[in-house]
Amino acid sequence: MTVLADVVFWVLAVIAVVAGAWVFRFDSMARATYALAVSFVAVGLALLLVDLDYVGMVVVLMMVMEMAVMAVYMIMFMGMNPALMPMSMVHDNRKAVVAAVAGFVLLGGGALLVPWPVRRGVPAPDGTAALGEALMGSKMLVMMAVSPVMVATIVAGIAIAAPRGRYDRLGDDLDRGRADDPQPGGVGR
Amino acid sequence: MPEVVTVGAAWAVPAALLLGLVAVVAASADAVMVARRDGVDVRTGAIAPLAETARLLRQPRRVTPAADAPLWRVGRGGLLVAALLMVAVVPWGSWVPADLPVGVVWFNAVDVTVWAFVWLAGWGPNAAFSLVGAYRFLAQALAYELPLMFALTAPALAAGSLRVADVAAAQQGLWFAVWMPVAFAVYCLGVLGFAVWGPLAPPTGGDIAGGVLAEVSGPDRLLLLAGRYALLAAGAVFAVPLFLGGGAGPLLPGWLWVLVKALVLVVALVAVGRRLPALRPDRFLELGWMVLLPAVLLQVLVVALVVVL
Repeated sequence: MTVLADVVFWVLAVIAVVAGAWVFRFDSMARATYALAVSFVAVGLALLLVDLDYVGMVVVLMMVMEMAVMAVYMIMFMGMNPALMPMSMVHDNRKAVVAAVAGFVLLGGGALLVPWPVRRGVPAPDGTAALGEALMGSKMLVMMAVSPVMVATIVAGIAIAAPRGRYDRLGDDLDRGRADDPQPGGVGR
Repeated sequence: MPEVVTVGAAWAVPAALLLGLVAVVAASADAVMVARRDGVDVRTGAIAPLAETARLLRQPRRVTPAADAPLWRVGRGGLLVAALLMVAVVPWGSWVPADLPVGVVWFNAVDVTVWAFVWLAGWGPNAAFSLVGAYRFLAQALAYELPLMFALTAPALAAGSLRVADVAAAQQGLWFAVWMPVAFAVYCLGVLGFAVWGPLAPPTGGDIAGGVLAEVSGPDRLLLLAGRYALLAAGAVFAVPLFLGGGAGPLLPGWLWVLVKALVLVVALVAVGRRLPALRPDRFLELGWMVLLPAVLLQVLVVALVVVL
């Protein structure tokens, strides 16, 4: 690793941790949300340093999008509208601090005290493909079995949660020519 | 691998200036069209962006009570930064400021940051109409972003690479815009979307007193307006290697061809954008998911079949 890469790593690491801490210091839902986004962006960019370009860019893409959408839901659905008024971002502060410090000591102590293995072999030429192989290779069957279950869960969840189904829209015999919608859509159904 | 030379960091400045040129031409073209519509001297229209810049630079900055100043500032400045980051991976002929192996995904990630910036620009001033505009933008973004993602996938799939220079080089015979017209059209609509322009301008609409732009004045307004034109320009510049054959063309050097194609496309986007009616965000949402997404998925299927066969 060159000196420049070292500097970039440390800057990104500090940004990721400090922005992550800010999430709990801020008293505004919007600021907390976007502090979390900054933290994730720093993590995504740090992945570029280990040549995982694709994974790094996708982390940035997904996290920024997710935080933008999360801000919508936070502000729409939370009681007392905390997004628009100052509110504390911590819950059960004392236990949380104890758990956080214990977790930090455990992981940090482990990182410092455990003898690290010496690297065997060389990095794969295509890090993204190697990572995908390692994560999914032997578990492809499980993944393929899980994905229809997940899709079915999503569809079932929406079907249960939706206030109006197709019988409301198209009549009991589904024979209404034009759907009866309180809010018309864009394609004239 | 096609020959592209990664130029030094200092060459980011000319790349930014070229982007600025495309953006100013877009702004001028828009002002000229307005001048012709209103029967005003076209020359007044051509220099209107400069005049507006001078006016806004002297205008005092509006302050609103209980504004979220840091987030507002991030939102106002972000659009311009996003546009600059987009063109960082575009090869100007055989020179490229940053030759990322996943340039197409980079572009996509940066265009998603526009979600955050526009929302923050609307959230910051602590004003109702601004926030309505910000939410309109997110609703629109949910409709255009997925079709845009698959539209970006099509050329990368045909080229077998996410590197922008590879995509440009894969169009030696035929431009991708010609044999994947649906992807190109959806891409152009996506550009109008993240530039908050033309039919997708309702987040800044007059019906909500300017929406995201309602509370900004002076240099802040200049930044936001410049950011929108810069995003429109960046979308046009990025379309050149993706759909319009990159720097390939007779006589002129590669970088000049990229510039010429980008200028033609940006003026076309301005002209077409002006002629289309505004799309209501709630209606556009259904349009995006029921029409654009299946259409662009079929396009990707066709491209995949062509690549395999």
